[in-house]
Amino acid sequence: MTTTLSSPASSSPIDLEGKGQPFVDKTFRWILFLCLAVGIIFLAILLTYVTIKGWPRLTPTLWENMPSLRRPATAGAQSAITGTLWVIGFTALFALPVGFLGAVYMEEYANPTSRFTRFVEVNIQNLAAVPSIVYGILGLAIFARALSLGQSVITAGLTLALLVLPVIIVSTREALRAVPQNIRHGSLALGATLWQTTWRQTMPAAVPGMATGTILALSRAIGEAAPLLLLGAVTFISFNPTGPFSAYTTLPIQIFNWTKESREEFQVLASATIVLLLVILLAMNAVAILIRNRTQKRW
Amino acid sequence: MSTALAESAAGGLNPLRQTKPRYGEKVIRGILFAAAAVSIFTTFGIIVSLLIPSVEFFTEIPVTEFLFTTTWTPLFANPQYGVLPLIMGTMVITVIAIAIAIPLGLGSAIYLSEYAKPKARKVLKPTLEVLAGIPTVVFGFFALEFITEFVLKPIFPGIQVFNALSAGIVMGIMIIPTIASLSEDAMSAVPAGLRDGAYALGATKRQVALRVIVPAALSGIVAAFVLGISRAIGETMIVTVAAGLQPNMTLNPLEGMQTMTSYIAAAGAGDVSTGSIEYKSIFAVGMLLFIITFFMNMISIRLVRKYRQAYQ
Amino acid sequence: MSGIHDPQAPQSTSDLNNTGRMDVSAVLEGAEVPEAVSNIVFDLANVQVYYGDFQAVRDVTMQIGRNEITAFIGPSGCGKSTLLRSFNRMNDLIPGARVEGLLAYHGFNIYAPDVDPIEVRRRIGMVFQKPNVFPKSIYENVAYGPKVNGMKVNMDDLVEECLTKAALWDEVKDDLKKSAYALSGGQQQRLVIARCIAVKPEVILMDEPCASLDPIATAKIEDLMKELAKDYTIVIVTHNMQQAARVSERTAFFTADVDANGVRHGRLVEYGPTRRIFTAPHDPRTEDYISGRFG
Repeated sequence: MTTTLSSPASSSPIDLEGKGQPFVDKTFRWILFLCLAVGIIFLAILLTYVTIKGWPRLTPTLWENMPSLRRPATAGAQSAITGTLWVIGFTALFALPVGFLGAVYMEEYANPTSRFTRFVEVNIQNLAAVPSIVYGILGLAIFARALSLGQSVITAGLTLALLVLPVIIVSTREALRAVPQNIRHGSLALGATLWQTTWRQTMPAAVPGMATGTILALSRAIGEAAPLLLLGAVTFISFNPTGPFSAYTTLPIQIFNWTKESREEFQVLASATIVLLLVILLAMNAVAILIRNRTQKRW
Repeated sequence: MSTALAESAAGGLNPLRQTKPRYGEKVIRGILFAAAAVSIFTTFGIIVSLLIPSVEFFTEIPVTEFLFTTTWTPLFANPQYGVLPLIMGTMVITVIAIAIAIPLGLGSAIYLSEYAKPKARKVLKPTLEVLAGIPTVVFGFFALEFITEFVLKPIFPGIQVFNALSAGIVMGIMIIPTIASLSEDAMSAVPAGLRDGAYALGATKRQVALRVIVPAALSGIVAAFVLGISRAIGETMIVTVAAGLQPNMTLNPLEGMQTMTSYIAAAGAGDVSTGSIEYKSIFAVGMLLFIITFFMNMISIRLVRKYRQAYQ
Repeated sequence: MSGIHDPQAPQSTSDLNNTGRMDVSAVLEGAEVPEAVSNIVFDLANVQVYYGDFQAVRDVTMQIGRNEITAFIGPSGCGKSTLLRSFNRMNDLIPGARVEGLLAYHGFNIYAPDVDPIEVRRRIGMVFQKPNVFPKSIYENVAYGPKVNGMKVNMDDLVEECLTKAALWDEVKDDLKKSAYALSGGQQQRLVIARCIAVKPEVILMDEPCASLDPIATAKIEDLMKELAKDYTIVIVTHNMQQAARVSERTAFFTADVDANGVRHGRLVEYGPTRRIFTAPHDPRTEDYISGRFG
């Protein structure tokens, strides 16, 4: 026996309007967009504010002159610029080899299921989230005092190197993982050793990812001030570093020092230095994006 | 049959045997292992450098006095070591920051994950990353010079120059990218099948987002929140610049207060003689800070592993 | 040329004649060989391959003959590639993989404790299913093997010689610095072969080398194989029965046993001269497979 289909309850033949709540949906969408907008607007206001406030001092004196507390009109940030370069140089010197080689061990040599490997992985994840000032405590106790390296460029470099090490390891591992397995197999099948394969095939293929990870890590290191507060960078430095064991200051620390001063001229100087710092960071990240886009390997 | 199988029967030595032990490979493996082990040295170093002075500190100052009294004046003539004001300060600012970061961060994440068109995402997501890349000292400067001066003073005329509210607000915005990106990771790990199935039943984007995606990604989202809280607790520069350096047992955000981190920064940057009790107090507070953030980080890592496993 | 476009060769199971057997004999081209292997390169006795507790291949006993092309055929999942990879110890790369039984190369156990797997892989080369050329120039691809093995040779001459033997020289000689990725699939696979013979192996293992290539490129590789067999011993895993019939002198047919838990284990069913396997197989399972009744 055939069953007859009863006609639909609604009157019009095709009714797709349904019982949704278009007003609620729309409002919800706008609320979400607003959430995003707050952050973006905040960023825009911040950038505008520091640029406008620092504009009068965005002149060559900023990098030609040394800081001075007595003559703010002619003070500059040269010692902070050179100090930053010295410290970041040492940070890279310590962090890059250790980070690259450590990541290679974890990704190419270690047994992925062993307890040691998993312990190291959790350890690295944890280190990535430790407050940066705790690294300052580590640097103070071990590098500055126990190893008697003092409050110097090399102490800062070592401390910041440990700080950014997790970033380098994680990004290098990702870059290595992206290299297809059959490249390694092809090399091993020719009678190459694991190191030959890693050094001659896997790592070269991972260079773009390693480069962007490096830039990310060094950007982070350049902007760090908290650990360096404990490592003597706040003392007033108006000379360029003379060597690895020299005293130093960096751009974030100089900004901090000027911000603490009550006189308005120092706030303007701080703003200008902030702009300088942000420009440097922007340039670095632009390079990273360039590398990432230029080298999209099609395996 | 296979008389040729016996190794000696074929005569002579196995041509495939190792003629020279590969020392180079062994040395290289050792170097690589040492590099990976540096991270363990770091953790070990942190624990040791915190533990030894802390233990020495607590032989002089009882733990109960440290944790339960409310006066923190280590640099006075008659020093008091009750850490509660610092904890209070940290808590007030953290609560303000989280009250801003969690809704805005989660909202941004849902928008980016479920609503934004690919072209919009390409512009909006990097903007959040730019926000994440701004050094925290810059945020501190902005809090002190702009937020307090031009935003809060008009609203709260009696507000102090150094106050918790501006530090908390700015810190909250700073943490948005952390919460947003981790939440978004969790949401995009939800299988497309769940999403598509819900849409196929006639659900709107709002219903799918709130009733399907967020619950499915919940452990990852909670991990994001916990990590955000951990970051707020551990942040130094914003509070050092904008919230002042006076320990203050108060819940009033319009006043300045010192946190655990800004105490460590202030005391550590100053002239404290090694081995003195004030010097050791830096490590005691550092130990407390490390323990709190360590447990939060462990919870966050566990939660992330839970959602990664669920959708593997 | 090869028999691909032979109009009389059966192209599908619908060409079954009355006896229900697909007549592959029309494409048989490999030379006539005696039943027993005379010049043994590999000698396998009760070889089993395990991945952890899982037994992927059980009980293989066979010999591989010198300068012959031996084909491994059979349905998917019966351990052909696994067995092939154990010949050059590539299975070592998989954690938990182990080989039991005796797998001997010129009478010496490949898995003896004092054996250097690196040296094994130099002598026993491998061509993979998808051409895995290195992201470097054509020249560097071929020169890589000799360089890492410390071979002291005139590299330019060696590169030319290997590319010639791999039937690729004429197509690339004008620009050896070009990236290997710029080559077509078939050219890349020939480059892989050139790279493989540059380290002067004795054996070339091929794991479905034509699986990702078009018929014309496949034909070129098959012709190349027959040339190479004059100097090298070749073992090829293939899903294409007609390919096996065209190129190989000996064929080994594998199948998968399904045990009580539904787990598949590979085993060797029958092994012998290709002509006999395809015209008068001893085992009914072999006959079923080659006549297209299953797999």
